[in-house]
Amino acid sequence: MSRESNNIWANLDWISVFLYLALVFMGWISIYAAVYNEEHQSIFDTTQKYGKQLIWIGTSFVLIIAILFLSGRIFEVIAFPTYIVSMVLLALVLVVGKEISGARSWFTFGSFSLQPSEFAKFATALAVARYLSLSSVDFKKLSTKLISILLFTIPAILIALQPDMGSVLVYSAFVFVLYREGLSGYLIFGGVWMVVLFILSLLIENTYLAVSIGALSVLLIFMFRKNKPFPLVTGLVGGASIGFVYMAGFIFNSALAPHQKSRFNILLGLEKDYSAAGYNTHQSLIAIGSGGFSGKGFLQGTQTKLDFVPEQSTDYIFCTVGEEWGFIGTMLVVLLFTALFFRIIYKAEKQKTAFSRIYGYSVACIIFLHFTINIGMAIGLLPVIGIPLPFFSYGGSSLWGFTILLFIFLKLDAYQWEIW
Amino acid sequence: MKRQFLLYFFFLLVGIAFVARLFYVQVIDKQYKLSGSNQAQQEIKIFPTRGYIFDRNGELLVTNQPAYDLLVISNNVKDLDTVNFCTLLDITPEQFLKYWNRMTKKRGYSNYKPNILVPLISKEEFAKIQEYLHDYKGFSVQTRILREYPRKSSANVVGYIGEVSESFIKRNPEYNQGDLIGKAGIDKAYEKELRGQSGSKFVLVDNHNRIKGPFLNGDYDEPAKPGYDLTSTIDIELQILGEQLMSGKRGSIVAIEPSSGEILALVSAPGFDPNLLVGNKRSVNYKKLEADSINLPLFDRGLLAQYPPGSPFKVINALIALQEGVITPSTQMTCHHGFHFGGLTVACHCSGGPMALRKSISKSCNNYYCTTFKRIVESYPDAHQGMNAWSNHVQSFGLGNYLNNDLPTGTKGLVPNSDYYDRVLGYTGWKAVTTISLGIGQGELLVTPIQLANMTAAIANKGYFYTPHIIKEVNHKPIEDERFAEPKKTTIDEEHFIPVIEGMYDVFEDGTARGSRLESIPMCGKTGTAENPHGQDHSIFIAFAPKDDPKIALAIIVENGYWGSRWAAPMASLMIEDYLHDSISRPKMYTRMVEGDLHEDYREQAIAKYGTDSILNYDN
Repeated sequence: MSRESNNIWANLDWISVFLYLALVFMGWISIYAAVYNEEHQSIFDTTQKYGKQLIWIGTSFVLIIAILFLSGRIFEVIAFPTYIVSMVLLALVLVVGKEISGARSWFTFGSFSLQPSEFAKFATALAVARYLSLSSVDFKKLSTKLISILLFTIPAILIALQPDMGSVLVYSAFVFVLYREGLSGYLIFGGVWMVVLFILSLLIENTYLAVSIGALSVLLIFMFRKNKPFPLVTGLVGGASIGFVYMAGFIFNSALAPHQKSRFNILLGLEKDYSAAGYNTHQSLIAIGSGGFSGKGFLQGTQTKLDFVPEQSTDYIFCTVGEEWGFIGTMLVVLLFTALFFRIIYKAEKQKTAFSRIYGYSVACIIFLHFTINIGMAIGLLPVIGIPLPFFSYGGSSLWGFTILLFIFLKLDAYQWEIW
Repeated sequence: MKRQFLLYFFFLLVGIAFVARLFYVQVIDKQYKLSGSNQAQQEIKIFPTRGYIFDRNGELLVTNQPAYDLLVISNNVKDLDTVNFCTLLDITPEQFLKYWNRMTKKRGYSNYKPNILVPLISKEEFAKIQEYLHDYKGFSVQTRILREYPRKSSANVVGYIGEVSESFIKRNPEYNQGDLIGKAGIDKAYEKELRGQSGSKFVLVDNHNRIKGPFLNGDYDEPAKPGYDLTSTIDIELQILGEQLMSGKRGSIVAIEPSSGEILALVSAPGFDPNLLVGNKRSVNYKKLEADSINLPLFDRGLLAQYPPGSPFKVINALIALQEGVITPSTQMTCHHGFHFGGLTVACHCSGGPMALRKSISKSCNNYYCTTFKRIVESYPDAHQGMNAWSNHVQSFGLGNYLNNDLPTGTKGLVPNSDYYDRVLGYTGWKAVTTISLGIGQGELLVTPIQLANMTAAIANKGYFYTPHIIKEVNHKPIEDERFAEPKKTTIDEEHFIPVIEGMYDVFEDGTARGSRLESIPMCGKTGTAENPHGQDHSIFIAFAPKDDPKIALAIIVENGYWGSRWAAPMASLMIEDYLHDSISRPKMYTRMVEGDLHEDYREQAIAKYGTDSILNYDN
């Protein structure tokens, strides 16, 4: 294949496109199975969710064509304006948005509604990529790091006000992006360490935990006492960890709402309740578990169809896959997603421009976080956090947002062959 | 190291963690496939058959009958013609609505699962419904097992079953909503043995809840284990005779086999047909029975009603006096129409004249026993010690305390001691004569009919009793309950019983119950007329027979039955004859007892107490 050709179809990364199409298709038939209704058997029936999803898929293809035929340069140009428009929309939705199940996340125009936070993701990705690729910017400077962190913290805070905690978490994806660009790895390890400490502090008596950390620190300091400045750093980290353990308990008890606490406690097995907070996870696990190795077969699912599983076409769409296609189906979905992440990072590393590379990392990390949180919740590894599964879950905003996010990168990837 | 590898590492970590977890949840762990809320593999509960209850001769007292729960999957109900449906069920639309609301409010209700709409429909009603039920989409039935009482008798003994309450389920997680449990009588006392174990069947259902077949070839199915059969100590023929004799009257008959403590009959009158408390008619009938606050049909008088024992208690005082050495069988006393002490008089209707112990029993002389009681108490340095010695003797006959047996209910009665009188009258406020009515079984003394029967058994045995019990075999094997295996000794030596029993023999021969004498069976007994401050005296009688080899001991109380020989003594004689000879040779006496009706007395009593008789209801 001639890489120098200006033909977009020749330069397009068809592996990513294939993975995208496979996920979208599986999502669509899963929605069909999840809300299948004898009176509306046609999968094209647009009065039903699966019919509507087909419209979103069709319009997504229009968006894809549009993106692919735009000039590759335009994304750098529109990065900041898009970002600003997006932030204004996020601010606006807090005022004029429609409140649906306790969150002000939607603009509604008649029967049509739009979720600006879905579009803020690619806007933020564009802005971060654009900012870090400016020739005047030096990532080694502290101000650069702070500004880039600020770029994704603003939408995170605006979304937190809706509130939509699931979407807020997604913005931590940018920490990985910044890490790639030279941010200290300690930040990630520190984050992971804090999560571990937080969970341990809920499971173990704080005093025991503090004493254990103290003892471990003393042991390490003693063993590496000649290896300066290791003892000092270990001492500081140990002390900070002990402080965090006590703070974590306080944060957990005072800052989290009761239902959020319950979700944690249920996950950690400290609380058993199949009626309220534990119900969703329990039903989700029954649906997935009942699928067994090979599943019950297409449209044969009972758990998801009989309304036992909540939000069956959006946040819990993975249950339908688990129930009807079994372990084979769920493994395939995990494989497709993982392959897509690898492919995007692999492609990002091959980019000639920093803008494309950073944007590529953002795409992979955002989808990765969605994937981790959504499926982790469905299979009971994470607390209940409502967040869609990219390309799978029912919903126009979500599908459009992720399609735009991914295809801008594929366009940038294809475009780089035209630059020279 | 290149920085992208950290990301690759995270991708792999999450991917592997997910696949591992999914493999565990979907392939290894079976709990989600067998979960109760799993719709695809549905668990069908198989209710165990509850154990049967037989009488001592193998007659069936309690058996099972099928009943049906009407189930509905709300979401499958289409175009329900409520009016026709209500006609079919023979209920009003309001009742239907009530059933429906009750169902939807229950815990665990789901629009997609079968829920019980109308519980426990009898097989007769169900026969009418069955053929039309398929016309109504979304409805189905499940079979339940209810009790049936073929002899329509002894409701107080067999008890009844009903659905477990929510609060009980919370305390006993092995029970589930809708399970039936013994609520009274033997069904309550022997719940553990009778219940059995419910089983489960796992079936595959499709998304329309249609059963497709067994799940995993039925490998996870568990058959229900039926409950154990019980054999009661009751002789149902004797029990039914007792119920007939008591018809139209209130009171109780308790008969015990002295050599074993087995309860042969436990009659509480008025009784009711236990079949009234079966199935979905139970709550209505129960409320009716409960509302009868005059006749108290649900009140097991044999176990719970407390009466002053009256004259039969003189026998105990005779035994205590002999044991304490304050009288001998030949001690003579002369009755001058009663016991006189200072200004105190206890009148007596005995024929008067000098008499020894034996005659004092057969003639039931009040003077003799007031004097005897006074002697017992005063044989000690002070009245406290005397009273306590007396009280201990009395309690050794099983009076004044729970019997600790296998009946689910009971009461202590009252045998006072010195503490009791100190509390009521003050430490210096009483002496032997103050409590003199204890000598003739009146005063503060209270006993239940079963205690009285047990006391009689102890006399028949000449000094010991076996704790009365109602079940003799579990699963057709004799019970191994140490409470009933060892005899309980009284504080009276065997020799003292001989003259007392002779006196009780004379009660029939030429004493107060000579009208109830039967040539062919030597009987011993003691009449009683328990004074009743609320109305007419109670007719009381204790008896055992045959005299030298007692096979049956009994106590009978007919409330407001005037005096002992009027009702209780003839009934006792008939009961004994029927038990020992399997026939009744005195049809006139039998008819007089069965037809004897005290309702007029009860009516007068009610009018005296409440000013009206409208609260009396003799329908049942």
